Amino acid sequence: MSVVTAGAPALPPGSYSLAGALRSEWTKLRSVRSTTWSLVATAVLTIAIGILATTTEAGRWAHANTGDRLAFDPTSLSLAGFLFGQLAIGVLGVLVVSAEYSTGTIRATFGAVPHRITVLAAKVAVFSGVAFVIGEVLAFSSFFIGQALLSGSAPTAALSQPGVLRAVIGGGLFLTVLGLFALGLGTIVRHSAGAITAFVGIFFVVPLIVEALPSSIKDAVGKYLPDNIGATMTTVKQGFRTDVPTFSPWVSFALLCAYAAVTLIIGGILLARRDA
Amino acid sequence: MIEARGLTKHYGDTTAVSDLSFDVRPGQVTGFLGPNGSGKSTTMRLIMGLDRPDAGLVTLNGRVYHDLPWPLREVGALLEAKAIHPGRSAFDHLWALAQTNDIPRSRVSQVLDQVGLASVARRRAGKFSLGMGQRLGIAGALLGDPEILLFDEPINGLDPEGIRWVRHLLRGLAAEGRTVFVSSHLMSEMALTADRLVVIGRGRLIAEMPVAEFIACNSRQFVRVRTSKPAEVTALCDALAGAGAQVADDDGAMCVTGLCAAEIGELAASVGATLHELSPQMASLEDAFMELTRDSVEFGVHDAPDDDVRPSDIELAPVKR
Ligand SMILES: Nc1ncnc2c1ncn2[C@@H]1O[C@H](COP(=O)(O)OP(=O)(O)OP(=O)(O)O)[C@@H](O)[C@H]1O
Ligand SMILES: [Mg+2]
Repeated sequence: MSVVTAGAPALPPGSYSLAGALRSEWTKLRSVRSTTWSLVATAVLTIAIGILATTTEAGRWAHANTGDRLAFDPTSLSLAGFLFGQLAIGVLGVLVVSAEYSTGTIRATFGAVPHRITVLAAKVAVFSGVAFVIGEVLAFSSFFIGQALLSGSAPTAALSQPGVLRAVIGGGLFLTVLGLFALGLGTIVRHSAGAITAFVGIFFVVPLIVEALPSSIKDAVGKYLPDNIGATMTTVKQGFRTDVPTFSPWVSFALLCAYAAVTLIIGGILLARRDA
Repeated sequence: MIEARGLTKHYGDTTAVSDLSFDVRPGQVTGFLGPNGSGKSTTMRLIMGLDRPDAGLVTLNGRVYHDLPWPLREVGALLEAKAIHPGRSAFDHLWALAQTNDIPRSRVSQVLDQVGLASVARRRAGKFSLGMGQRLGIAGALLGDPEILLFDEPINGLDPEGIRWVRHLLRGLAAEGRTVFVSSHLMSEMALTADRLVVIGRGRLIAEMPVAEFIACNSRQFVRVRTSKPAEVTALCDALAGAGAQVADDDGAMCVTGLCAAEIGELAASVGATLHELSPQMASLEDAFMELTRDSVEFGVHDAPDDDVRPSDIELAPVKR
């Protein structure tokens, strides 16, 4: 077929690629205020709850009983804020995909990059990078602020002690992978409100339900719950923030990664098959 | 060149597009006309590979959209006005798109300038008016300097100045040899902008032809004749019928088709009727379009038992001689 070559210039060699999609997703993420607000909320919740937990403990350490003193984990306590920070990072993870549907930009996005899995991969990579950096900054900040607040009143931890560095790094990893889980949920559900509700349900309501179950069931399923996974990953002396048997920190992390992978894979399959 | 062959798309029980085939050629503006819900936007999404057809195929310069190596540099589209994150600036919106196809940053400023949004480029797009949203959408379509351009109702929300600007833009793009496909409900606008028409109704192709041919085939011409005395009306009616003309009543006047004004005037003189009016009329293109798609209007207003469009119901434009 003879094609009339228009005033349009000749095409460059090659084709669009993941690299361009990555740059594009980075531009999208940094150019909206909801990103800033979600990250600020994550930081404030994580740091503030950590401060609250450590100052409270510093105040009541003098009256603590022997059992509490033996179980005490200053690292875990200083990282307690991650349980709440996860909510805000989850919202950001959902919005990375769902906002494209609510605003209608998803069509322009897929028009520019028709291979939809490339779009999802770019979103995953950019979001992971941002969440990991923020997560680790918050983890180390929470740790050092917490230890400073405890020092003088209660025992403190140092990064050189066994398991402490692992627990601190675990805070940032937990936040990152949890955010990816939320991103996967956003891809499946597509509506911001629906996906955020699902996320909150899984992370805050399911644990409440499990809490109300007979202890035999609770002990069997407790270790699979994301909040217990998070507690395990950020704890040195296991059992400090969990009241059920748990997996080891790294097995817990692997489980969390599997959850995220499942939502992302289902999301990816739906993304490729559904009408945009 | 866009070639659609047998496109069919169902949404649940709704058949949005049914066995639709047409060509959109380079160097021309092709108008895509159809009433509300006739499947224009759906067809646009099928062309873009955004929705998957249940049957059929559409190619762009011989390739399906998914296989284009540089989609934005080959096809530009305006699908919805204001499809932009309200918190993002126009510049960042376009820059994010540009980056996917290795389009330089300078090109973003260039298209923003071209559509007249340069002064608000850094402002959050949530504050944009509908017209500004349309201009931003058009900027997005032009971004990759593509050979094929799709516009879904680009003049929605634009002021007369903006409409003229879009008209010139589309004609200019076609004059450069590009393939321009633009949807509208407004036949009158397409008569000014398009070279060819693809008309659909209820998802089916109704007509595909040059605009001039559409106008020639579909504009009904008639002459309005008015006399005062009932006896003269009867006499004239008989004479007209005898000469092979059709006469319809239009609010006391006669609408005559089949004879020109001069012939009617002479007939009137021969029966001694005094004419108060003898004016050639042409039903507008809008009427022709409505006539054509009448049977396929999905959300039509069916008020009267007889919903024929009578001449008195429609806007009449005098024929210029
Ligand atoms: N995503 C969808 N899900 C369900 N039905 C849809 C969807 N998109 C379109 N439809 C239906 O398909 C038909 C064609 O719609 P479409 O939007 O393509 O028409 P249109 O010609 O663009 O109309 P308009 O002039 O109002 O823009 C309509 O009946 C519409 O309700
Ligand atoms: Mg439409």
